[in-house]
Amino acid sequence: MPVATNTKRNLVTAALVAPAAAWLMIFLVLPFIAMLVFAFGERAPEGGYQAAFTFAQFARLPTRAAAFWNTMVLAPVGALLCLLVAYPVAYYLAVKADPRYRLILVSLVVVPFWTSLLVRTYAWMYILGSRGIPNLLSMIGLEDVRLLNTPCAVLLGIVYGYLPLMIMPIYVSLEKLDRRLLEASADLGAKPVSTFFGVTLPLSLPGVMTGVALVTILLLGEYLIPQLLGGGKVFFIGNALVDLFLQSRNWPFGSAIAVTLVAVVVVILMVAMRIAFRVAGTRQVDLV
Amino acid sequence: MTKWYRENAPITAEQLADELMRLKRGSVTRRHFLGVTGLGLATAVLARQPGLFSSTAFAQDLGSQMSIATWPNYHDPATFEAFQAATGVAVEVNVFGSNEEMLAKLQAGGTGWDLFVPTNYTISTYVELGLIDELDLSKLPNYDAATETARFTNEGVVDGKTYAVPKNWGTTGIALNSTKIKTPVTSWKDFFEVAMTEADGRAMVHDYQLTTIGNALVSLGYSFNSTKPDELAKAEELLIKVKPHLYAINSDYQPSMRATDAWMTMCWTNDGAQLNRDMPEIQFVLGKDGGEIWSDFYAIPKSAANKAAGYALLNYLMAPENAVKEHIANGAPTTDSRVLKLLPAEITGNKIVYPDEASLTPLEFGAAVTLTDPGRAELMARFKSA
Repeated sequence: MPVATNTKRNLVTAALVAPAAAWLMIFLVLPFIAMLVFAFGERAPEGGYQAAFTFAQFARLPTRAAAFWNTMVLAPVGALLCLLVAYPVAYYLAVKADPRYRLILVSLVVVPFWTSLLVRTYAWMYILGSRGIPNLLSMIGLEDVRLLNTPCAVLLGIVYGYLPLMIMPIYVSLEKLDRRLLEASADLGAKPVSTFFGVTLPLSLPGVMTGVALVTILLLGEYLIPQLLGGGKVFFIGNALVDLFLQSRNWPFGSAIAVTLVAVVVVILMVAMRIAFRVAGTRQVDLV
Repeated sequence: MTKWYRENAPITAEQLADELMRLKRGSVTRRHFLGVTGLGLATAVLARQPGLFSSTAFAQDLGSQMSIATWPNYHDPATFEAFQAATGVAVEVNVFGSNEEMLAKLQAGGTGWDLFVPTNYTISTYVELGLIDELDLSKLPNYDAATETARFTNEGVVDGKTYAVPKNWGTTGIALNSTKIKTPVTSWKDFFEVAMTEADGRAMVHDYQLTTIGNALVSLGYSFNSTKPDELAKAEELLIKVKPHLYAINSDYQPSMRATDAWMTMCWTNDGAQLNRDMPEIQFVLGKDGGEIWSDFYAIPKSAANKAAGYALLNYLMAPENAVKEHIANGAPTTDSRVLKLLPAEITGNKIVYPDEASLTPLEFGAAVTLTDPGRAELMARFKSA
């Protein structure tokens, strides 16, 4: 009885999808609609939102150009630095590490997540503050080095905080790597370096793209690290948003910025996906 | 404290105070502190025995926890521990850097605060927006309006109804590290000049529109409370010019001043007194050209979940014998003559805490209009994201 089977299958699908769908509806779609409505409104006299239909909030976006610029530069740069640090680690874990210890080593990568990022970032405030690294540097004659509250401190915090998120997807893609391809490459006379650049690296690109996209997107909304390690001077769009909602209480302008940020993230995600799929596609063609 | 406790105490009160100050200065780790004072062990033991120190008589009425929203470095942690020991109510402390942030949270709803510490100029707005309760003074027998100084407490009363009772008063001045900065700084004009020269990269301003914009206005010869667009535009110009030279924009400046990461900051009386007490080279000066005089209040949000505990803590804090400990710890001047009598001479004689009347003359109380003025709010947000 195909009809009954179909109904049953639909019910099962509905039951499986319903919790996530309801969750997303209530906590993502509805708030986003509210935000969209707010973005065309006005700031109430005592702060907050009052109904209106105006593009004034979007017209004021250029006043936050510096925050957008900081975010658009530091997020991708942070993600790329993360990648440079993460790739060798992931490669070691997936290819070189003794399989007996691999699981332990991989869990070590995740261990920092057991402590709140807030606490770990606070620790960096002390490491980068006058009594930390600058104090050590002054002992070898490098006086008056300032690290805290600079873009460098923020980048360092970013690389530190997001490293595990970059390592994991790259590790997964490298671990799936078919070793016979490496052997074939070696048999055909390729040196290890050309095997790496000709086989290993291209095959791990989907993992790399996932990691870069994941870290970049999260960084676009980053608030904590610039707040603590940037001293309110290295300002991300996330910090501008917090200010608009929690200080100047301009919900409509905050919503307009948030909507714009979401649009930017969606575009970046689409481009990243397209590149990732293209890379994956060419790989299949090459192998066949 | 019972005799038993004294005999078995792992550490004397003096040693404990010393270790606490070392911890606050950052010269020892928390682990060292907990270890040497025995507090780590005590906490571990207490954590296993809930209700050990709680009196059931209170606990039934007051619940087991409450939440207060206040300012950085503004209370003696021992006060809340003693309150918990007496009532069984644990106090969660939320720290804020500006009244605007407190207002934003209350406007958005669901703060969970049972008591909070708004500044004088905000109270009329809170009343207007219906965000705070009129206080039931019968639940605050320890509060005595007759012993308060009207100059600092009148803004707690709106239309004859008491909505807030005073915590303490204070000023917003300049704290500077005299071993690092040799140029004399006696005004806000000096502050902004030195911030761009001798203290380049070492000065801090508050993450707070009232004081950061207000002091910039004062340095230009305008009123601390100005909302005139042309004057605000000049203040913005100055702030944006200073910004690249600043160490940070943050209302919690004590850690940076103590670590000597920062050499000069906008500073509230109580922080100035604490910094100077622990590091005498950090001086506190009031602007000759003006600045802020303020009083902070306790108020109960309409949305408070545990009002009974809010009242209980407020009444506890209003008792002069408890308030005096708070004042000794936080270094803010009292509005209550009963507390003033109990304070030791070294505090009442401290010119940071109780400055000469003449130095207060140029100062202004914050005006209610600055809290809601969109021009000032947006200026601050633009300055930060510039």
